[in-house]
Amino acid sequence: MEKTKKLHKIEIIEELCKGCDICVQFCPFDVLAMNGPVVEVVNLEKCTACGLCELHCPDFAIIVTKNK
Amino acid sequence: MFNYEKYLRMDKLPLIWCAGCGDGIVLKSMLRAIDRTGLSKDEIAMVSGIGCSSRLTGYVDFNTLHTTHGRAIAYATGIKMVKPEMTVIVVTGDGDATAIGGNHYIHAARRNIDLTVILFNNHIYGMTGGQVSPTTPGGFFASTAPYGNQDNAFNISGLAQAAGASFVARGTVYDAVKLDRMIEKAILKKGFSVVEVMTPCPTAFGRRNRLGNGAKMIMDLKKVSVSVEKAAKMEVEELNDKIVTGILMDVDKPEYTERYLKLMEKLQNQSK
Amino acid sequence: MENQKQVRVMTGNEACAEGAIVAGCRFFAGYPITPSSEIAEILSYLLPKVGGKFIQMEDEIASMGAIIGGSLAGAKAMTATSGPGFSLKQENLGYASLAEVPCVVVDVMRGGPSTGLPTLPSQGDIMQTRWGTHGDHPIIVLMPSGVREVFELTVRAFNLAERYRVPVVLLMDEIIAHVSEKVTLPDVSELEIVERTKPTIPPEEFLPYQMTESDIPPFVSFGEGYRYHVTGLVHDETGFPTNNNEEINRFLNRLNRKVIRYKDEIIELENEKDEGARIGIFSFGSTSRSARQAIAMARDKGIKIHSIRTKVIWPFPDEQILEMAENVDYIIVPELNFGQVAHEVEWASRGKCEVIKINRVDGEPINPLQILETIEKLASK
Repeated sequence: MEKTKKLHKIEIIEELCKGCDICVQFCPFDVLAMNGPVVEVVNLEKCTACGLCELHCPDFAIIVTKNK
Repeated sequence: MFNYEKYLRMDKLPLIWCAGCGDGIVLKSMLRAIDRTGLSKDEIAMVSGIGCSSRLTGYVDFNTLHTTHGRAIAYATGIKMVKPEMTVIVVTGDGDATAIGGNHYIHAARRNIDLTVILFNNHIYGMTGGQVSPTTPGGFFASTAPYGNQDNAFNISGLAQAAGASFVARGTVYDAVKLDRMIEKAILKKGFSVVEVMTPCPTAFGRRNRLGNGAKMIMDLKKVSVSVEKAAKMEVEELNDKIVTGILMDVDKPEYTERYLKLMEKLQNQSK
Repeated sequence: MENQKQVRVMTGNEACAEGAIVAGCRFFAGYPITPSSEIAEILSYLLPKVGGKFIQMEDEIASMGAIIGGSLAGAKAMTATSGPGFSLKQENLGYASLAEVPCVVVDVMRGGPSTGLPTLPSQGDIMQTRWGTHGDHPIIVLMPSGVREVFELTVRAFNLAERYRVPVVLLMDEIIAHVSEKVTLPDVSELEIVERTKPTIPPEEFLPYQMTESDIPPFVSFGEGYRYHVTGLVHDETGFPTNNNEEINRFLNRLNRKVIRYKDEIIELENEKDEGARIGIFSFGSTSRSARQAIAMARDKGIKIHSIRTKVIWPFPDEQILEMAENVDYIIVPELNFGQVAHEVEWASRGKCEVIKINRVDGEPINPLQILETIEKLASK
């Protein structure tokens, strides 16, 4: 039986996101991608909750919550 | 996940800075570092000058003072003298601290007064539209260097070291975790401390010099960064166009307000 | 401090330094400049003994910045300078005015412009004290005319600064700063000393730039649990920058109103009127000493004089001058410049009398005989 992977949570606060692309560049697994003026989560299952995106977001616009 | 809200004036968001500006990364690093020191918000005075980075004081829930251009260190000196028990952190930029405020910067270092200066170096005057700054590298373009910068650039960390600072470090917004540690150490250090942070200005510097967007400029910081330990084993020529990062200086020596308090104590005992 | 009247021989600069200590000044930041340096020298000696702090900064600009920081941190703070240094202080003086940070700036006037006449007196900075920094702003300027008055007005300068949250300039000139006089200092225990009022409301309700009935917002020092933001940008009641037209208007009107509306409380002058006097004299600072002598000589000759000697030059005592102008034919204004105050007197007297200038700019005081000569000439008209 295939084990269902627990997904981590990535919250994008669109009012604060300026679409700078920094989180996209830092993400090691292409979880994030630009979608017009804001970033969006395109590959959540690849997210390891490393937090590099949150760490480098200059605008407090992305919050990663590790699923334990 | 770090609780930034504890230290932010949330109603002031979003930040004034452009998309891709690294200043917000430094702001977050400062908040994490402050949190690690265990200092309370009431104990901290944060003082800034004029320019993009100096707008930072408006966003943080400390005793905050947004002063005149170049003068943050002078105002901060007054606070520290009167309330030496407060932790006084100065937020400034390359133009603010080393052009118009250059005199205050070197003399505060000379006195070794216990201030922590977080110096945002983006090589340009951003807020006024991209004029050449004391750290704009030779040949780079600025709105007042349309034919390429003819000036030499300051080594602003070196300046603080030579002038008598206790602690000098250089970090980048690429390596935010290391930056946290540097800022924490700088705050806890008794004496004049500087953390020079390399942070991109995509709008006023990057665009004019075809350096790409903020994200690319940050990634490029990684390529040119060399740790101070590694740099020690390299030839001087190899270090051209490189950014040496890490703790450049960390010495213990008498701090100005401590010396003054001792003097006061002595004089007051004599008069008893 | 001694609790009785002291008789001393001292200079204006000494009286200023000692007055500052009595007023509660506990932070001084300065930079050497003739003819004010003795104030810094004396305070470098006295302050650490009374629990205060002294620092010699790297320049005049830094000194002004440091006292603003020191004041915000809770100390009554002062700096002292002279013309060239006062020019450099204008930037941060404007900041103190806009951010409403109490502080005292001593300017010992010497001949200008530029390096000018470093060791000789002048009254050339009077307009600069009013309009030296850019933009409309409130300021209070006191002008002592003797050593005892330097002491008293230094104390008053701190009181006014704290009371109105405004920078106060103590405007001396080289004569007053360096003249040695026998003075009876006031009984310190009888002096009024104004202290900062701590807020009674909790921090979460505190508005650092609140519109209050008095136009003077409550003031809290840094580090006392009321975390707030201070900026040189035009701000709203919360202290944060605003571009809202209504907020801008409200703030700038309050800021500029707060000294003018208390003009009557602030202005301090001697108004001596001989009944039926046709000749008025308006004097201030060291020139009022020459005027006093000339007036005494004129009165000996039977000439009636209406004399106003002001200790406060800004806000300007325009109402008192208008009242004088309505009753005399002439107002003589002796000053050590080309007529900075005479222009103001002309405006205040609204054409109701003629304003006669007596000016001297060569570094010497005005001779009382020169004023007497003018009085006699006018009296015979």
